[in-house]
Amino acid sequence: MGIGMPPLDQPTTTGDNEPYVFEVARGRGWRRWLHNPSALIGSIIVVLVVASALVSLVWTPYSPLAVDPSHALSGPSLRHLLGTDEYGRDVFSRLMASSQVALFVGVLSVLIATAVGIPAGLLAAERRGATGQVVLRLADILYGFPALLAAVVLAAAFGASKSTVVLAIGISYIPVFVRVTRSNALVVLNSEYVLAARAYGRRPLAIMRRHVIPNIMTTIIAQMSLLFSLAVLAETALDFLGLGTAPPAASWGTMLQSSQNYLGNDPLLTVWPSVAIVLCVLGFSLFGDGISELRDVRGHR
Amino acid sequence: MPLLRVRDLSVTSGSLTLVNGVNLEVNAGERVGLIGESGSGKSLTALAIAGLLGEGLRASGEVSLDGEDLVAATERRRCEVRGSRIAMVFQEPMSALNPTRRIGDQVGETLRIHQGLSRRSAEKAAVDLLRRVEFADPERYVRMYPHELSGGQRQRVMIASAISCDPEVILADEPTTALDVTVQRRVLDLLDRLVDESGCALLLIAHDLAVVSEVCDRVVTMYGGRVVESGSVAQIIDDPHHPYTKALLATSKALSVAETSLGTSLPSIPGTVPNAGQFPRGCPFRDRCDRRVEACVEVPPTLVRDTRTLACWNPVVDDEPVLEEAP
Repeated sequence: MGIGMPPLDQPTTTGDNEPYVFEVARGRGWRRWLHNPSALIGSIIVVLVVASALVSLVWTPYSPLAVDPSHALSGPSLRHLLGTDEYGRDVFSRLMASSQVALFVGVLSVLIATAVGIPAGLLAAERRGATGQVVLRLADILYGFPALLAAVVLAAAFGASKSTVVLAIGISYIPVFVRVTRSNALVVLNSEYVLAARAYGRRPLAIMRRHVIPNIMTTIIAQMSLLFSLAVLAETALDFLGLGTAPPAASWGTMLQSSQNYLGNDPLLTVWPSVAIVLCVLGFSLFGDGISELRDVRGHR
Repeated sequence: MPLLRVRDLSVTSGSLTLVNGVNLEVNAGERVGLIGESGSGKSLTALAIAGLLGEGLRASGEVSLDGEDLVAATERRRCEVRGSRIAMVFQEPMSALNPTRRIGDQVGETLRIHQGLSRRSAEKAAVDLLRRVEFADPERYVRMYPHELSGGQRQRVMIASAISCDPEVILADEPTTALDVTVQRRVLDLLDRLVDESGCALLLIAHDLAVVSEVCDRVVTMYGGRVVESGSVAQIIDDPHHPYTKALLATSKALSVAETSLGTSLPSIPGTVPNAGQFPRGCPFRDRCDRRVEACVEVPPTLVRDTRTLACWNPVVDDEPVLEEAP
């Protein structure tokens, strides 16, 4: 594992074939969101990460690339909140700028994975015969191909960059969405109300649009959030190995990588990006958990 | 020509034959009851008629509506027929409604599919439909979600959407079984009245013979995936010829007697319905039947006399009991 390979998801059902019930009254839903610790903490962290990425687009205390050799490796101070690195660059500014990279890679790789994985999963659920089996086996083949290897291959072919990281992570997450989508769609497709909809004369595509997709959306969103956090982790790992963001651009992975040479002089330099990574990953996982828990109304009552 | 004609309909799952050569006719405006224990193939027959068999089940034979064979038709064509000409009411109103969509949306769905109504006019139509199924305040109910309704209300919602396109035939699969006894009557009366008003045909699946004898014109008895007996209500209820029909009737009659005299033991049909594929060869009822004869190892031919059919080697003709007293 290590490179953010998510576990293949089990059918995210509530045990029997009963479809989970959506929280309908919006007001109650929000109140429950605030009373759910993991959802609350998760959303606070998510907002923080997103805000720091947005703010860093227009403002950081110092330019994340501004070198100042006279203040290299200075510890935390009022001038430099979290100190400076070996080139005298402001660590806090670089942390902020790094959140851009994390969000960029996380969002795009999850989007790639969903854009391919969800339609493929729906297809596999609707066509349970040969077509479905082919889709599932293709997903298995992808799953057996590690993201790290994909990243190495892509970096070798196109040069290491954010885009190769996005592609490598995105592709490696496709099978997860295929399986989550398929297993959840199957539960809905086997429900009585889909049978009733078919008895009304609804065509298969319309049933997907009206009944299946709305009912599996919360699960998918929760899964997206969880995979997003894993994508951030994978991105950091790839950057750390030099397969992603190229220096001097700031990313948590490259910061961690260069800081290890100064572990003796300035151990805090290693701590800051680590804390950022842990917080971000934790935040998005909690956020995803929160969504899953909210969805399962029966667990709450 | 009958409105709905089922000829030699079989449903198979792999090598298992679940419904075996069913013949059935429903004339326009006629009400036919389909009776038999659970596992006799009644629901599968209804699903096969509507072309709604699940994954892995295959129908063969002929189901024709006004002369058009639906088994051979394309799925696209069947989608056009379902809802508009053949409507269904399911057993479980609790799960037959999508929990995430408002009642009005679901009642109007059939109209939107088949008559191209807009969301707005479908909702308006839904209000009228809900009024027809005796909702006192339909404007309020169209905005509700299924979980806010009781079982009886939900079944009335299902009936409302079934009648919305004025179908020629309604297939009702035990529409009252999942309901409280107190509302069963009301839902049944409602269905009865609506079928009466619209003049559509009804195929009512039930195991409650009292219900069938009250609502239906004709009765078809199924066991082991086969039709064992059919005829008019008067013929079947008053003078059943098949030992299985007779046994079913006796259990149902004994129930009403037992209500008045507590402490008497209820009669039952010995044994249980075997699982699919484990019915005996020949007559499927033979190992539970006390009138079995040697010939029963062969499948009995279906005899037709006037309006009744019978598939039995040793039919009941006099009034001897075919039931075993429960100990």
